[in-house]
Amino acid sequence: MGIHMKQKLIVAVLICIGITVFSSCKDSNVISIGVNAELTGSIPVAGKSCVNAAKMAAAEINDQGGIAVDGKTMRVEILAEDNEDKAESAAAVAQKFVSKGVVAMIGPNASRNAVPAAIVAESNKLIMISPWSTIPKLTEKKKYIYRSCFTDDFQGVVVSSFIYKKLKARRAAVLFDITSEYNKGIAEVFKAEFIKAGGAVTAFESYSTGDKDFSAQLSKIKASRADVLFLPNYYNEVPLQIQQARQQGLKGMIVGSDSWGSEEILTLGKDIMNGLYFTTHYAPDMATEKAKKFIADYEAKYGAKPDDVAALTYDAFGMLFESVKKAKSRNPENVLAELSKLSNFPGVTGTMKFSSGSGSPVKSAVVIQIRDNAFKYYDTVNP
Amino acid sequence: MPRKISMGLLLVAGFAAAFVCDTFNLADQYLAQIIMYIGINVILTVSLNLVNGYMGEFSVGHAAFMAVGAYAASFFSVSVFPQNPAFFPLSLFAGGICAAFLGFMIAVPAFRARDDYLAIITLALIMITKSVLENLPWFGGPQGYHGIQKYTNLSGVYLCTIASIMVIRNIVYSNFGRGIIAVRDDEVAANLVSVDTKQVKILAFVISSFFAGIAGGLFAHLIQFINPRTFSILKSTDILLMLYLGGSGTIIGSILGAAIWTVLIEALRFLGIWRFVFAPVALVMLMIYRPLGIMGGREWRLFIPKENDHGRKK
Amino acid sequence: MIVQQALNALQLGSIYALIALGYSMVYGVLRLINFAHGDIFMIGSYAALFLAVYLNMPIALILPLAFCAVGLLGVTIERLAYRPLRTAPRASAVITALGVGLFLETITLAVVGPEPKKFPALIDLNIITIGAFTATNIQIIIIAVSIALMTALDRLIAKTKTGMAMRALSWDKTYAPLFGINVDKIISFTFAIGAGLAAVAGIFVGLAYPIIDPYMGIIVGWKAFVSAVIGGIGNVKGAVVGGFLLGAVEILSAAFLPSTYKDMIVFGLLLIILLFRPSGLFGVPVQKKV
Repeated sequence: MGIHMKQKLIVAVLICIGITVFSSCKDSNVISIGVNAELTGSIPVAGKSCVNAAKMAAAEINDQGGIAVDGKTMRVEILAEDNEDKAESAAAVAQKFVSKGVVAMIGPNASRNAVPAAIVAESNKLIMISPWSTIPKLTEKKKYIYRSCFTDDFQGVVVSSFIYKKLKARRAAVLFDITSEYNKGIAEVFKAEFIKAGGAVTAFESYSTGDKDFSAQLSKIKASRADVLFLPNYYNEVPLQIQQARQQGLKGMIVGSDSWGSEEILTLGKDIMNGLYFTTHYAPDMATEKAKKFIADYEAKYGAKPDDVAALTYDAFGMLFESVKKAKSRNPENVLAELSKLSNFPGVTGTMKFSSGSGSPVKSAVVIQIRDNAFKYYDTVNP
Repeated sequence: MPRKISMGLLLVAGFAAAFVCDTFNLADQYLAQIIMYIGINVILTVSLNLVNGYMGEFSVGHAAFMAVGAYAASFFSVSVFPQNPAFFPLSLFAGGICAAFLGFMIAVPAFRARDDYLAIITLALIMITKSVLENLPWFGGPQGYHGIQKYTNLSGVYLCTIASIMVIRNIVYSNFGRGIIAVRDDEVAANLVSVDTKQVKILAFVISSFFAGIAGGLFAHLIQFINPRTFSILKSTDILLMLYLGGSGTIIGSILGAAIWTVLIEALRFLGIWRFVFAPVALVMLMIYRPLGIMGGREWRLFIPKENDHGRKK
Repeated sequence: MIVQQALNALQLGSIYALIALGYSMVYGVLRLINFAHGDIFMIGSYAALFLAVYLNMPIALILPLAFCAVGLLGVTIERLAYRPLRTAPRASAVITALGVGLFLETITLAVVGPEPKKFPALIDLNIITIGAFTATNIQIIIIAVSIALMTALDRLIAKTKTGMAMRALSWDKTYAPLFGINVDKIISFTFAIGAGLAAVAGIFVGLAYPIIDPYMGIIVGWKAFVSAVIGGIGNVKGAVVGGFLLGAVEILSAAFLPSTYKDMIVFGLLLIILLFRPSGLFGVPVQKKV
């Protein structure tokens, strides 16, 4: 290797080290909040909504002058990182936020990413608030982990109740992703609840994330003569599943859960989605005053209506900001102390009731029906 | 000062620095994390170099050995040994042994094939390992293995990295190493001069897998979470890229390749997705204009023992 | 049920076979495993999406146009990335192929965006019900067109002068030019055909499973590569047989076993076949001269 090449190489390496060191320097007069979001991968719309809402929440509070902590008024700074919708990357991003010393971490959204990130957060005493992850075990036996949405213990009951009482069906089948935490969790809760209510789960078929062909499983579901099909899967897979189901001659009603919540499902599914129902966190067309303001602001800033992930992220920040304000400190232990005292939080997505020692709020769910290629509010279910 | 003593002092100083940083929490956590990643990647790259570089094979299965090492080490540290960092070296070692065992099982049938078929067999190995890990109930399945303690620290990574570099370097310049290079250059001729090529190939593969397992164990205890998908073909591809970036066939090449790739990926994060557009283009250009990698096949002076170093002034 | 699954297996098998052909042909003439091939398949899908959505073309135009466009892409990649490395160490060529693949994935991601996209319904769906089982016209079309293309390719290789040149090149690259064969042109042609077929496979996947994303080429690419190897890499008939075999194994294992076992079975099968026939089902063992 010639002298010049070696010199160039050393300079290049030094520059890179320099960039890395520079980016790790902490600006000491800001409140850093990390956002662990799925910006690439299979559900990037959810990740983008999350980061959008985060930036909007930060901008709002900074416009009001910031938050008074440690004797000074400091601005809020958002550090958004992409977890690529991969569990291992979500954990790595959490580790990175730990080493960067953020005050708290918002996200991840999908349970398969949130659960590993929560383990890292808890083990390293990092506050984490997940906007969208509904799996019960996320906050079980954990001190530092919170969420702004309801859990599947509740949602499973809501779905089961809806199918049994409103649709009056007695034979249900489920097709779910067995390799993904959320899908597997809520499928099992639903099965238990539906059987408890008196119904029969005639088929309980599974697939792996990334599968595109469900014909084998759907054939079995068809043969089981179910009346209703429950598809608790993410918005990028559900249209394929519904299309293949219809192609096989399955004509019954299909019901979904909050993983359907992005309007992207309408773009990907188009007409086959009409007439179907799903449970979720909030309905933009049935909003409270507080929610209306949030929706208008979001639409003005980003040109699109906020989905449930955006609204829940906004609420997660609401919870966090209130705790920081009350604690008057950036120190995570002090913030946690205030967060744990939160008992009633009025959010954009409804009133959240936290009982002592629990990171999961009790709140209402809504049922949405898809009509004319749009989400239309159908019903509210209170806990 | 004789070269050996000055090198030795430097190494000890390095360890002391790492130890002090760990105990007193001196280093910036983020930087420390990156340095640990570099160390792990160096171990992976240097060990792969033994098989792909010095022995001239083309194995894409390194991620599978890393996976076995990661899962085994985690299993031992979580379920077998008491929850104490003192037992971590034992868990790591156990992970390495398990990975080496898998290496042995694969090497015996695999080396009957050559060239491209070895690549295919090792590819099948990765896919099968990933699938088996997904279906075994004891390790969390596709949801991954939780509850791993963060035992990996700067001193640990430093020790393992230096150890792996030293071991591989000593192997390469030994008689056994000459056998490995002979297999690369001309296997039939090597056989004719009574090199037991079968034994050489298997042993090299086993040693390489052992270190991959150690790296896996360190990795698992740094991130505190592993799942089968982490160890897919993409991971193997990453290691291959680091190896050929620096240049296979030299130890310094592997170290540089690993360090540069790790740092670059992190430092260029502000480019967002575009860093993964430029990086492969740069890599392809490098392969076209400098097919032997950055180091161009030339080893770092300090690694070459005196007997082999013909350019050295006496 | 078995008949139902057989149709699925044929559809999936056709897709794998079309892609496997590209791997085999390129390996035959260049001894290079083109790891970027799976991503070329993905580009084919997006090319068709572009033609359909922005230029409003019907399927009859899209198929040949995408074939040619992606074929041209294949030729360009060969010219820019692989030709300079013909005399370089094998490992460099392989790393280059991996790099090209990575580049294709991320450039698509950067240009199109991370959201999975809906592939337009270019053929109106017609469900045909015969007795207890249903088939779709899309399935039939995919299978029929694939078989037609494969037959055409077989004719090309066996009966035309170009095909003869391709076969000569795969037997012995050094002496082929002595017989007046323009090595560069034949290699380019091989790449073009291989890439074009992969593009057609991409369109078929878009029709059958209408949600596409930039990473869809990775796993499909590796599976098609396995098909090519099972059949004996370098052997065109082998690639076709390998593709259908793999499709059948995948669909059948999903039908009777949990879908998480799929990869284990497919790759386990590969290892078993290689154990008994180390050069693949139809491969010819390469004799090494000392």
